[in-house]
Amino acid sequence: MTNTNIQQINPKSAKRTQIIYGFVLIVVGLLIYLLFGLNTEAGVLTTFGLNLASSQAIKIPDLVLPALTTVYLMAAIAVFIGAYQLARGIRSTGALIGVIAFTFVVAFLAWAAQDKSFNLAGMLSSTLVRATPIALAALCGVISERSAVINIGIEGIMLIAAQVAVVTASITNNLYVGLIAAIVVGGLVAAFHAFLVIRFKVDQTVSSVAINIFGAGITSFISSRFLQTATDTLNNSGTFPIITIPGLSKIPIIGPMLFENNIIIYMMVLLVIVMHITLFHTPWGLRTRAVGEHPKAADTLGINVYFVRYVNVIIGGMIAGLGGAYFTIGSVGRFDEIMTSGKGFIGLAAMIFGKWNPIGAFTSSLIFGFADSLQVKLQILRVPIPSEFLLMAPYIVTMIILTGVVGRAIPPAADGQPYEK
Amino acid sequence: MTNVLELRGITKRFPGVLANDKIDITLREGKILALLGENGAGKTTLMNILYGLYKPDEGQILVRGKEVTIHSPNDAIERGIGMVHQHFMLVPVMTVTENVMLGVEPTKNGIFLDKEKVAKRIREISDQYGLAVDPTAYIKDLPVGIQQRVEIIKVLYRQANILILDEPTAVLTPQEVDGLFQILQTLIDKGKSIIFITHKLKEVMHAADDITVLRLGRVVGSIDPKDATPEILATMMVGRDVNLVVNKKAAQVKEVALEVKDLFVRDERQNLTVNGVSFEVRKGEVLGVAGVQGNGQTELVYALTGLLPLDSGQITLLGEAIKHTTPRNILERGVAHIPEDRQRHGLILSFPIHDNMMLCTYYKPPFARGVSLQAKKIFSNAEELVKQYDVRTPNIYVNAGTLSGGNQQKVIVAREFSRPIQLLIASQPTRGLDVGSIEYIHSRIIQKRDEGTGVLLVSSELDEILALSDRIAVMYKGQIMDILDASKVNKEYLGLLMAGVHPTNTATKN
Repeated sequence: MTNTNIQQINPKSAKRTQIIYGFVLIVVGLLIYLLFGLNTEAGVLTTFGLNLASSQAIKIPDLVLPALTTVYLMAAIAVFIGAYQLARGIRSTGALIGVIAFTFVVAFLAWAAQDKSFNLAGMLSSTLVRATPIALAALCGVISERSAVINIGIEGIMLIAAQVAVVTASITNNLYVGLIAAIVVGGLVAAFHAFLVIRFKVDQTVSSVAINIFGAGITSFISSRFLQTATDTLNNSGTFPIITIPGLSKIPIIGPMLFENNIIIYMMVLLVIVMHITLFHTPWGLRTRAVGEHPKAADTLGINVYFVRYVNVIIGGMIAGLGGAYFTIGSVGRFDEIMTSGKGFIGLAAMIFGKWNPIGAFTSSLIFGFADSLQVKLQILRVPIPSEFLLMAPYIVTMIILTGVVGRAIPPAADGQPYEK
Repeated sequence: MTNVLELRGITKRFPGVLANDKIDITLREGKILALLGENGAGKTTLMNILYGLYKPDEGQILVRGKEVTIHSPNDAIERGIGMVHQHFMLVPVMTVTENVMLGVEPTKNGIFLDKEKVAKRIREISDQYGLAVDPTAYIKDLPVGIQQRVEIIKVLYRQANILILDEPTAVLTPQEVDGLFQILQTLIDKGKSIIFITHKLKEVMHAADDITVLRLGRVVGSIDPKDATPEILATMMVGRDVNLVVNKKAAQVKEVALEVKDLFVRDERQNLTVNGVSFEVRKGEVLGVAGVQGNGQTELVYALTGLLPLDSGQITLLGEAIKHTTPRNILERGVAHIPEDRQRHGLILSFPIHDNMMLCTYYKPPFARGVSLQAKKIFSNAEELVKQYDVRTPNIYVNAGTLSGGNQQKVIVAREFSRPIQLLIASQPTRGLDVGSIEYIHSRIIQKRDEGTGVLLVSSELDEILALSDRIAVMYKGQIMDILDASKVNKEYLGLLMAGVHPTNTATKN
């Protein structure tokens, strides 16, 4: 029997989506022209720096582009692809979003950096750095929610872990002790959350909001009561050194981006890969996904649902602890109040945008990291946009993504529901 | 012949309920034992004890004559006991292979899942028992009948010798039921033993070697299928004589109450689930909508009662076109609705009975005067309806949630029928009810028909459709396959329509 599946997306709405994307592309093209094209002086050059001064990479010549031509070219590409989309239709939404983002960002940079030099290599390198805490928060979310436990207390866990890391490292004078302490404390806080929501079936959102409030309160209290009076002994740890991987770091652009980082960034990348393999290619991952989708089915096959959830939430907490450690001993070497500034929540947005997949979550984190580092670079360039608006960039990206305009994803079916035998 | 499984004196108490009371059951090797009983008779509790999901308070379980203790599903699986649950225990977003291997995963190098090995084993089992299924297919894409095969394969993969099937026919078309019985026969031929739980009388007589009947947590008796008749079995199940046939006079058909034309409806996830449906219901007749669950019946009823917006099409109610309207507006035009999910859409479980009895009309006199509710009127109304509709309850002040399923349904029927109505939309009106309540609700529906109300009856129980309907519409994948005169149909033909096959033109419909 060849019955057409009525569950499939109906042609009418597919057509509508096609037309909407086509118009959006054309509008983006026009916006590029209006916003940047009209404001760019003819004959001015934009220099994109492709080398990092401090890196070991082989130096290559900088990319010098005529600003106005670049802007017009980008506008033309957007309009052309938009027109093609209206006429014929391109199936991949991802490709379309890619085109929108690419043309807009390139045109924006060509305009913003006209007559100046903009260090592209530096920005890409800092993209990964700034994406690190977001990615670790996202991985924590992925592994918890794959087993159907919502943990929005990542922000709080990261704050506590950040403080524990710097204080322990300062006291023991050993960064690795600080790192381990942060991971252990992250695991403990998550274990507390797991205990409340699994054993006592406390509402998962309420419990994790409590962790956030507790985390912000306790760290601020300790910070103002103790750390500020004894900064040198308690809040001055130094940071992990950059580890340069011989050979690979010599590759231009991606060498300094990927192979000249500190240990936490390498651990993050490693975790993404390990978590992907674990979730999709090992028995534990299969069980975790089953528990998140249909816990009763897992239970009837002799899988201990509660055990799987405890372990995953605690591992998630340890990953968040690692993310917390990044803020202090991985980045600035001291603790400031509320220094995570919402990265834990942005991580959750990255998890949703990444469709609860480790690699997807990592890729989305890079988008946020990019927005964040762009904002910093643009402030340096003194772009005629108020810096407050630039600071908003990562959060605006978060909101756009969370509205589900792009890539609405389906969470694990049992996400957030306590399991009752 | 040996007994592969014996339960002796199994007792299980839940707070306030004696679910199983000294139950003895014997399963002979290579035979099918049917456990027959109404909902709430304790069948499922008993099987959950056997499968290690509950712990019995008293009693012994003997596998091949040896006493065993079963504390978890793992213990049960180890003793060769496998269970096919009434609600399938399959993860929809995973493949057949992943579902089968879940819990006993073979690995490569001790780390990575070995899906090829499992897929190969699934194919072997498929060949051996005639259970054709594609190991790489995703569960969510498979029809219910195939999903059931996956459940059986899951059990066989774990090398079970004793299979428990809990209400396996509830979700199947008649043809799929026949297919299931063939599969069961193959399993028996290969030396497996089966416990088959059901409340459907005819299946039991057809398939079982032994029949044991449960009622209110006790074994009522065992009977040889050769000696059994539906009447005897029903009497054993209910404990009194039951009238299995609905007596009804010829329909006195009058003007059109409801006309539906080219109706398209999307469900909450925007899937087109009602796909161009047209029919009419006249006053004084029952139009039965048959079909396997999930073929758009739910959304059709939602659209007719204003719970889902129409995508396109026309609904004419008592001569007036309705579009973009509210459930209240529809109810006020004289429509009664017995919803499919009585606990979600029919009642407010945490409200007392007297409030549930006036949910449709609370804002009108006599229940309301201005902004205040009239307690006296509300109480007297409830007292009267409880008596009139035989709702078994200590008083009208207890919460609706404390009542049994049958009595909850009676509350809904009482409320809906106490208003002046022209059209009754009844969706799965007897699902999960005991035989006595079914009998009662059927007679009430027929009574309304005879009073000149149009009735749209949606049910996935073919027997119910056949018993009550004057005309029968069969729904498949959101479309109406055919509308037939109830006096001229046979079950086989309906079954084909329910499976999407139109026998008159062999081409398949979609």
